[in-house]
Amino acid sequence: MKNKEPLILVIVIAFALLTYWLVEPFAHSQMHKHVEGKNFAYADLPALTKVGNAANGKELTMGAAGCTGCHSIIKEGAPAGMDPVTAAQSYGVNPPDLGEAGVLYDAKFLAELIKNPAHALKVEHKFDAAKGQMHPMVAFYGAGGDIDQEVADMVAYLQSIAVKKDELTPKMAYENACGRCHEMRYEKWTQIGTKPSFKFEKDLLAFDIQVLEYQNALTAYMGKLPPDLSMYIRSRSEHFLSTFIENPQAHLAGTAMPRVGITADTAHKVIEHMANSGDTKRDERASIGTNVMWYILVFAIFAFLWKRSVWRDLH
Amino acid sequence: MAHFTKATSVKDWLNQRLAIEKVEKVMASEYWIPKNINFLWAMGMVLAITFALLLVSGIFLLMYYQPHVDLAFDSVNFTIMREVDFGWLWRHVHGVAASVVFLVIYIHMFTGIYYGSYKKGREMIWISGMLLFVTFSAEAFSGYMLPWGQMSYWAGMVITNIFSLGDLHLNGLVEWIRGDYVPAQAFLSRFFMLHVLLLPLAIMGLIGLHFAALRIPHVNNQDGEEIDFDAESKKYLAGDKAGSKVMRFANDFMSKDLMVVGIFLIFFFYLVFYNYGFALDPVNFDPADMLKTPAHIYPEWYFLWSYEILRPFSVNIGLMAFGFAQVIFVLLPWLDRSPNAVPASRRGAFKVWFWLLLIDMIVLTAMGKLPPEGIFSTIGLVAALAFIVLWVALPFITMNEKKV
Amino acid sequence: MHNSSRRGFMGKAFGAVAGIGAVGSLVAMKKSWDPLPSVKAAGFTTLDMTIYPEGELVTEKWRGKPIFVLKKTAEMIASQTESQKARDVVVGDSHFMIAIGLCTHLGCIPGYNPAEKSFLCACHGGMFNWAGEVTKVPPPRAFDIPPFKIEGNNMILGEVGPEFQAMKDSGITL
Repeated sequence: MKNKEPLILVIVIAFALLTYWLVEPFAHSQMHKHVEGKNFAYADLPALTKVGNAANGKELTMGAAGCTGCHSIIKEGAPAGMDPVTAAQSYGVNPPDLGEAGVLYDAKFLAELIKNPAHALKVEHKFDAAKGQMHPMVAFYGAGGDIDQEVADMVAYLQSIAVKKDELTPKMAYENACGRCHEMRYEKWTQIGTKPSFKFEKDLLAFDIQVLEYQNALTAYMGKLPPDLSMYIRSRSEHFLSTFIENPQAHLAGTAMPRVGITADTAHKVIEHMANSGDTKRDERASIGTNVMWYILVFAIFAFLWKRSVWRDLH
Repeated sequence: MAHFTKATSVKDWLNQRLAIEKVEKVMASEYWIPKNINFLWAMGMVLAITFALLLVSGIFLLMYYQPHVDLAFDSVNFTIMREVDFGWLWRHVHGVAASVVFLVIYIHMFTGIYYGSYKKGREMIWISGMLLFVTFSAEAFSGYMLPWGQMSYWAGMVITNIFSLGDLHLNGLVEWIRGDYVPAQAFLSRFFMLHVLLLPLAIMGLIGLHFAALRIPHVNNQDGEEIDFDAESKKYLAGDKAGSKVMRFANDFMSKDLMVVGIFLIFFFYLVFYNYGFALDPVNFDPADMLKTPAHIYPEWYFLWSYEILRPFSVNIGLMAFGFAQVIFVLLPWLDRSPNAVPASRRGAFKVWFWLLLIDMIVLTAMGKLPPEGIFSTIGLVAALAFIVLWVALPFITMNEKKV
Repeated sequence: MHNSSRRGFMGKAFGAVAGIGAVGSLVAMKKSWDPLPSVKAAGFTTLDMTIYPEGELVTEKWRGKPIFVLKKTAEMIASQTESQKARDVVVGDSHFMIAIGLCTHLGCIPGYNPAEKSFLCACHGGMFNWAGEVTKVPPPRAFDIPPFKIEGNNMILGEVGPEFQAMKDSGITL
């Protein structure tokens, strides 16, 4: 009698794979809009035409351009004017410290941000100057000289004070670029900083109230509270995260989330930090996976050999 | 009272009290299996192994899971996934096994349908198997609630709402099932109980019944041949192993069972470590939010075909169609009027019916996941109608089947 | 005959392979029972030793157990025997009785009597003095001293400092 098992196996596998393809790759391609990444090139923003002078940039940043009126630059001795909660109540969100801005953000983006914040951030649907909706960050209209040169100088200054690219850790990238809006509970991160451990419940509650005050201000500013990103590495694909960070509007037209303008390297580190929160055992999974696969292969081979020896007498 | 003598060995001591030799014969060495069967007959063992994997991984998850609406999500995603050593492994094994077990159940079921293994004294095997399918479905659904993510919450909302039964508006029943107006703490606690106690008990009892139902009629074979098990087993025991049409369950068939299990486990562990996303839906990694429904909600893949039978119709008709789909498989031994218990390949019209049903259920499965828009909802409607027509037609196309 | 011995051998070989897998999974199961990293990380408590009033018993918490902290008065220090002195924990100028507040008999928490400056365990009647020594059986030994490390005016419970190591080495505590 002909052995039908290979044919049966092929049929079973073919139907299983067809079903899998229909409910997974095909269904998901129909459900989700496909957005292609543009490698964080920010092609819509004009290139810098001038070579910046960091010394001039420092004078402008600390002086005429008025940056330090709202932004701290702790490492350069410029303190924050307000605590994070008061700042959020004043501006909607706590203005970032500019110490690492030069390495976090794309240079073209920084230049455009200084000149026209709502445009660089792609939130013009929320902040239309014609309707009197001003972005809380005041645009820089020049300090008397060539505005493009002045902006280039400030960008050069910010780049000169920031850490080197390879010194920027995933945690720093996340906390600076995302952490003022997005909590990450599994890493003990709140919008106002890392949550310390308190001995007395009173201190813990006082801290939680600070966080809630901040979140209330942020909710009022954004329309809803930006989500906690602890598990986003599992709830969204890496491709989605990367393209969403690059241009939120491409996925979700009208979203209050601004384009944050980070470089490809920073985005990579932000996503790595999300993996450090939501997928901490990924290396262990890979190494144990390899060992288990080898073991189970040996198991199957020995099971086959045993079967063959038992069945020798049956035919 | 039985007569006991001084035992000559531990085995003899046990034998006098528990008749272990007899039990071993009945359960294993003289449990006779036809030789003309293929690897599809090993799916029972594959299911038993998968159930064991679910049980063991479930025990370890149970040690750290917190059935509380404020703690459940973090106990799974923080404590089990980050803190507990190998907690991620138990969760991935549990999640993937819960999905794969249905793939094997469907293969097992369609094997039974193809070879006519629900007829001629095997009706109880089929019925107990279908009861297992129902309890496994309930087990899968209740387990899906436990991580308390967005899919858990909204699946809980939608599925419990089915019990309002459309225009009957049995909202009291829905609230009774939930213990609240919405799925909340009472709902989570009771589904936790169902998942870890009542349903597993029912499943284990039904597995016992399923095995027992097999003992008298014996398993079917791939040729629809009627085998005289007494005569053939005598032949085997007399030493003519090669000439006998039957073999022992252990070690003869069990060695093949375990070979198939080995191959299955390669596939299974590949999924556990490298391709688990289909079984652990990304959307369920967002915590439950009772004020926001996810953009796309859909059941796990194994429920999609029956979900799609519900979906294309207006609420009352949809519920009737859905109810029809839930019970119709159980009635298969009586809807199939043919006297033949042979493979579908030799049954003419039934062969066509079998393949149409399989393809229709795959189409329903695919459409159940796709957004119900445009061409997809049309295909879904046609496939749902086709499902009903196929089952209504079954008695008529099998009635006139010639005896082969 | 050759056939059947080979069959026996293959069956055993397969059984051995399956056994290795079972043992491997037991290792994973054992590790899943280990205390969680968060439990281990919480096993350290820092005490500010400047806040304790003299001659009053304060109970702190460390690894879920009560820790008795008693800052000794000048009279207590003056009246101490050599063996009592050996149990002293000195931070700056202050002398302390530091002990795990569990009876060394079977782990109940002895009550403190401030008038007599002594401890009575209600479970089986064991008694301890203010230096932590047993004054009435059944407790087999003086209060256990938790591992500690002195850093300036702070004491870190759970870490082993040289002072604790010395006590342990000389058999003053377990």
